[in-house]
Amino acid sequence: MTAQEGDQNARDAAERAARQSYGKLVAFLAHRMRDVAAAEDALAEAFAAALTDWPVQGVPDRPEAWLLTVARRKAIDGERRRRRGDDAAGHLRLVAEELAEHAAGAKEAQIPDHRLALIFACAHPAIDERIRAPLILQTVLGFDAATIASAFLVAPAAMAQRLVRAKTKIREAGIPLRVPEQGELRDRLEPVLEAIYAAFSEGWSDPAGTETRRRNLADEAIWLGRLVTALLPDEPEALGLLALMLFAEARRGARRDAAGNYVPLGEQDPELWNARLIDEAETALLRASRNGAVGRYQLEAAVQSAHVVRRRTGRADWAAIVRLYEALMALTGSPVVAINRAVAIAEADGPEAGLALLDATGEDARLKEYQPYWAARAELLRRAGDVAGAGEAYRLAIGLEADPAVRDFLQQRRARLNAPTSF
Amino acid sequence: MKYMLLIYVDEGGFQRLPKDEAERGLAAYQSYTEALTQAGVRVASDRLQPVASATTVRVANGKTNVLNGPYAETREQLGGFYMIDVPDLDAALSWAARCPGASHGVVEVRPIWTM
Repeated sequence: MTAQEGDQNARDAAERAARQSYGKLVAFLAHRMRDVAAAEDALAEAFAAALTDWPVQGVPDRPEAWLLTVARRKAIDGERRRRRGDDAAGHLRLVAEELAEHAAGAKEAQIPDHRLALIFACAHPAIDERIRAPLILQTVLGFDAATIASAFLVAPAAMAQRLVRAKTKIREAGIPLRVPEQGELRDRLEPVLEAIYAAFSEGWSDPAGTETRRRNLADEAIWLGRLVTALLPDEPEALGLLALMLFAEARRGARRDAAGNYVPLGEQDPELWNARLIDEAETALLRASRNGAVGRYQLEAAVQSAHVVRRRTGRADWAAIVRLYEALMALTGSPVVAINRAVAIAEADGPEAGLALLDATGEDARLKEYQPYWAARAELLRRAGDVAGAGEAYRLAIGLEADPAVRDFLQQRRARLNAPTSF
Repeated sequence: MKYMLLIYVDEGGFQRLPKDEAERGLAAYQSYTEALTQAGVRVASDRLQPVASATTVRVANGKTNVLNGPYAETREQLGGFYMIDVPDLDAALSWAARCPGASHGVVEVRPIWTM
């Protein structure tokens, strides 16, 4: 093997190890050290060591174990450098482990999976809620601050600073890296699910997944969702969230036509939906419903299910959708839910009924800048025959839309208002 | 890890309470203090006298300024504190939630700086 091949081998092996085990290694170290930032630093140093060592010594049989051992040593050195009196205990813990493993001849043992504990720590109530999702993406998935920043439309320097502050808080305030007790679990799970959903929503704004340099957040969020349901198999809202994300992801192939134009849900070709993902979603939703604790993610997933039933029956189950949005309204009182409910009622009872509800919702000032409100209004006014009103509403919706493909779509709809025969 | 539980209350509210309610309020604090002690986590605690008794000292440009009153004129004022020693933040938050101050005011939980 040439030196170049050795280098490439080492790099490939390191990349594989990173992809498969980064989160697990960080979580394990953070759990031991009670310090996420120090764990990340130690692991980064271990990866750097791998890239210099493996080309020369060869890739080890168990790369993860090698990385862990080296990271632990780097961590011990780091603690000594920082010389924090309060963490003498942590230092001693690491040293003791090191010795014990050496004595035991480091038998093949699975590295314990503390990722769920790490996720809960990142979503702890004491952490600023804006930084929870970014923190999970960085620590568990290994995203860099710049990538996360661009996904959340935040300046990179600001994001980097907030991430550092959050990790400092984990250490300084003593936020435990621990899965909460049964009694607290459901409450503490809520911000975890919110953070995963936030990451998914950011990924959703890249509908064709064309920005490959920026990793597909939707995929990563689904991965996290699967991880949480694997580790907490009976949590209904976790299953509901996973189902919701899978339903949405299943339709990715149908959201744009061959020319890149936006295709709304009602006009999508079910043949282009990913049946395997839909099946997985339905299974998750069914499992959730067996636990009897209905929540917003399950309800939203059920709405999705009622939409994709079109693949079998040719028509969405609008009656069910209306009922589900009623339940969601009762649960959340969210104006966004109200809009969706109005649209569903329009399907069932005609545009005037939908418009009456939209008018009532429209009192909420937050909606003045909410594109879907104006888009829904435009569509219902169009159906009700109010061309002038629809035109105005489309104009507002277009002005509020960031996605050029959706803008084009709305502009076409608006143009067609004045030439009804070309429908 | 040591934490301070800083209790902020609207003292006017306490003063306006009828006598029996005020007594129950104090008894609640006594029970809480007792519980912390029994659990072996209480390091220190005290109740502060009302803000009317406060004096503020600030030294600027070599001059000592002494002012009547508390640091900040807010509706809620620092009324007392508990210093506890517990394994992590969750334990501290759990105790803070039980503090009577959390029900009629606010309890701020702050880790103590370790040298």
